[in-house]
Amino acid sequence: MTTKKPLLVVQNVKTYYPIKTGFMNLKTDYVKAVDGVSFDIFEGETVGLVGESGCGKSTLGRTIIGLEPITDGHIYFDGQQMDYRTDRVSLSKQIQIVFQDPYSSLNPRQTIGDVLAEPLRVHRIVAARDIPQEVERLLQLVGLPTTAKSRYPHEFSGGQRQRVGIARALALRPRLLICDEPVSALDVSIQAQIMNLFKQLQQELGLTYLFIAHGLGAVKYISDRIAVMYAGKIVEMGTTEDIFLRPQHAYTKTLLRAYPNPDPTKRSIIQRTQKGALE
Amino acid sequence: MIGYIVRRLLIAVPVLFGVTVINFLIMRMAPGNPVDMLVSPKLPDAAREAKMIELGLHEPIYIQYWNWLKNLVVHQDLGYSMITYEPVTTMIWDRMGPTVLLMGVALILGLCIAIPVGIYSATKQYSKLDYVFVTGSFLGISIPNFFLALLLVYVFSIQLNWLPSGGMKELGSSGSVTTLIIHMILPLIVLVASVAGRNIRYVRSSMLEILGQDYLRTARAKGVKEFFVVNKHGMRNALIPIVTIIGLEIPILFGGAVVVEQIFSWPGIGQLTLSSIMNRDYSTLMGLNLVAAFVVIAANIVTDIAYAFVDPRIRKSYVGGSKR
Amino acid sequence: MKSLLNVKGLTTAFETENGKVISVDDVSFTLKYGETLALVGESGSGKSVTALSLMRLLGKRGKIERGDIQFDGASLQTVSEAQMQKLRGDELSMIFQEPMTALNPVFTIGHQLVEAIRLHVNIDKKEAKTLAQNMLDKVGIPNAARVMKQFPFSLSGGMRQRVMIAMALVCEPKLLIADEPTTALDVTVQAQIMRLMNQLCEEMGTAILLITHDLGVVAEMADRVIVMYAGQIVEETDVFTLFREPLHPYTQGLLASIPSMDFDDKELTAINGAIPANYQHLQGCRFANRCPLATEACRTSQPPLVEVVPGHKTRCFEWQQLQRGE
Repeated sequence: MTTKKPLLVVQNVKTYYPIKTGFMNLKTDYVKAVDGVSFDIFEGETVGLVGESGCGKSTLGRTIIGLEPITDGHIYFDGQQMDYRTDRVSLSKQIQIVFQDPYSSLNPRQTIGDVLAEPLRVHRIVAARDIPQEVERLLQLVGLPTTAKSRYPHEFSGGQRQRVGIARALALRPRLLICDEPVSALDVSIQAQIMNLFKQLQQELGLTYLFIAHGLGAVKYISDRIAVMYAGKIVEMGTTEDIFLRPQHAYTKTLLRAYPNPDPTKRSIIQRTQKGALE
Repeated sequence: MIGYIVRRLLIAVPVLFGVTVINFLIMRMAPGNPVDMLVSPKLPDAAREAKMIELGLHEPIYIQYWNWLKNLVVHQDLGYSMITYEPVTTMIWDRMGPTVLLMGVALILGLCIAIPVGIYSATKQYSKLDYVFVTGSFLGISIPNFFLALLLVYVFSIQLNWLPSGGMKELGSSGSVTTLIIHMILPLIVLVASVAGRNIRYVRSSMLEILGQDYLRTARAKGVKEFFVVNKHGMRNALIPIVTIIGLEIPILFGGAVVVEQIFSWPGIGQLTLSSIMNRDYSTLMGLNLVAAFVVIAANIVTDIAYAFVDPRIRKSYVGGSKR
Repeated sequence: MKSLLNVKGLTTAFETENGKVISVDDVSFTLKYGETLALVGESGSGKSVTALSLMRLLGKRGKIERGDIQFDGASLQTVSEAQMQKLRGDELSMIFQEPMTALNPVFTIGHQLVEAIRLHVNIDKKEAKTLAQNMLDKVGIPNAARVMKQFPFSLSGGMRQRVMIAMALVCEPKLLIADEPTTALDVTVQAQIMRLMNQLCEEMGTAILLITHDLGVVAEMADRVIVMYAGQIVEETDVFTLFREPLHPYTQGLLASIPSMDFDDKELTAINGAIPANYQHLQGCRFANRCPLATEACRTSQPPLVEVVPGHKTRCFEWQQLQRGE
């Protein structure tokens, strides 16, 4: 599935946040959210990014699409170095993001049709008269009925809203999709629907994913390679099989051991005395 | 914490300075001056000139301000009234007592009504009594002070002749506590109506928000009685925003004093302010302005400190700010 | 052995703007002393409302319409609110999903623990403090003496959940209701909390009613499992049987939709659709619109919850199709 050409190259990227401390707020400390991260994503590949809350995985995703200012380092997209001050418009056509909470990322007063038409119009993706048709195509692409376009976000369930979020991200026909915890807020049975949608879209459109999640199951299911992040740094990166079957870093091992296996015959966390004895 | 207070006080100095400059300019832009009040228009212009020089009003305006400021900073002196020749400091100090007494009692009584009523209203949301309280609080807010004052005077002083219509004591008497209380009743009703009116709504909405919080469910789950769930666990949290409101109440009361004190001839700061404005008594007005600005700033600082006492999270950030 | 909790026909409704909504519909189950029973379901399945009904903490709008709850030999139905307050936190305790908001921000950890103790145990403040501090030690909080004086905001989510557990277990209750206790936590912290709950409850002989949507947590913790869907129990059995041979298509769908930790290259099979909005008025099976096995009968009449194999109940007409050929 992967070719040898890296689509995204992240080189020693740092994202620091200044915080004012000291008397009269004169001193400045830094929170090192992302602290020197380097990795590549190849075209058509899915890289999973796992780690616990506060490890900097979301900040990294947001830095890549320019939502957070980059403190140091370089990001290359398709061989070109990104300059987030000047390349905003062309960048947004290449890289898009899907957020965790689809509800709060949709304007409650916009119909789904408007939500999808807006980027098409602003970026002149299709001629004005073709917009309604394109909106319907996008809805079908993510498995929503075309009648959805005249309805409002609150009329949809969580899973359907996430489909809208994905459709919106796809409206600009990006090559790289950053998925920031896209299924964490959804019910178990809906998570699988959305995961399968991601897989299907990748096959149809040749998309490249950076899939950020804290759930190991989801990441394992969708990723070709996995990067494990801890305290702002990538501590280990490898193929999904290597990470799960031959983890090298102590933190990766801890993470894997802590993950509850959905199989009671393989309990790894709780070694308990047989309670059945009570009966 | 101390570092924080020092910082706030340091910031207050330029604010006070700015307030006096602006007030000085605005005051001088208003037509008329104290000489008009002191010198009969029949006297020759030379007499007016002499008076102007005596009061220092002949100098350019920035020199006048400079003189006032120098006097304040070097001698800690606010000068003399241009009308009565009394020291401004003494005048303000004499009037401060009655104002603080009236406003303080109004604030305390207002909150004593607003907090329990607000909490009751929130816990019994949409009940009949809740509607009664909410309507009452809207009435309290929307009836203008002067109107309620005049209405009360008309009913209780003129028609029923139960209560005096103004002053702090009977003319010629030294004034006992009882007569003081009797004189306070009407102005208090006016002030309490607006304080309680405003705050019932704040307390109610603040409490309503708290009632939906998870930690109240935790308290119930550990077996806390409903009364304490609301009045201990809920109230301590609802108090946090209310503290801010109390801080805002102080300047409002201070400003509102002008109207209420005038109507009830209450010998306080408000009445002094109004008469000084009428007489263009520049030096007294400057003193009053300074005091008013100081009260507002002090109320803000006290509010922030009180905030830290009721909310441990804020306390932490203050301590962090001065320690590190 | 006699059971600790015996719930029969529990039906709980909420008053909403659109009329009465029945959130828990005719739920019956038992829980033995010291047992861990998991209540599994997705949002809207009624699992949390079931828990809150047991605690009688439904709020103003919620009401138990029918049913009987026997707890430790006494009916909770006939108990007065004052007696119920005595039971809560003493005999039956509850911990919640969001440790960040479950503790009162303006009281110290020590104060909140001491309060929980002194509501139920007649000891003075000093003794209660010692007891509270010991409990914090027990739940693995380092430097318990200092934490006693701290406010919740200075603790991490995992530490706060430990405090919640300390508070819930300090009176050694017979039943701990844990409503999504680890959902808001990171996996490594989740593992610690699961271990802690399990260890303490085993020591104290406390039964756990574990409410969760996470089948991984169920597999680790539970002895028995109840699966809920749209307000009803759809399946009930022991944990091993449930994962090996689920006899309800919903359970099977749930299991098929979670990625396994093995490299078996299994594709995820998602359950199509979503819980129908007005399921209360459905004639037939509430899962029928998403069910691959649904027949005409499923759409017209509701299947009862039946013990089809000893110790294994399911609410499905077509369960035999799900049985593995022996």
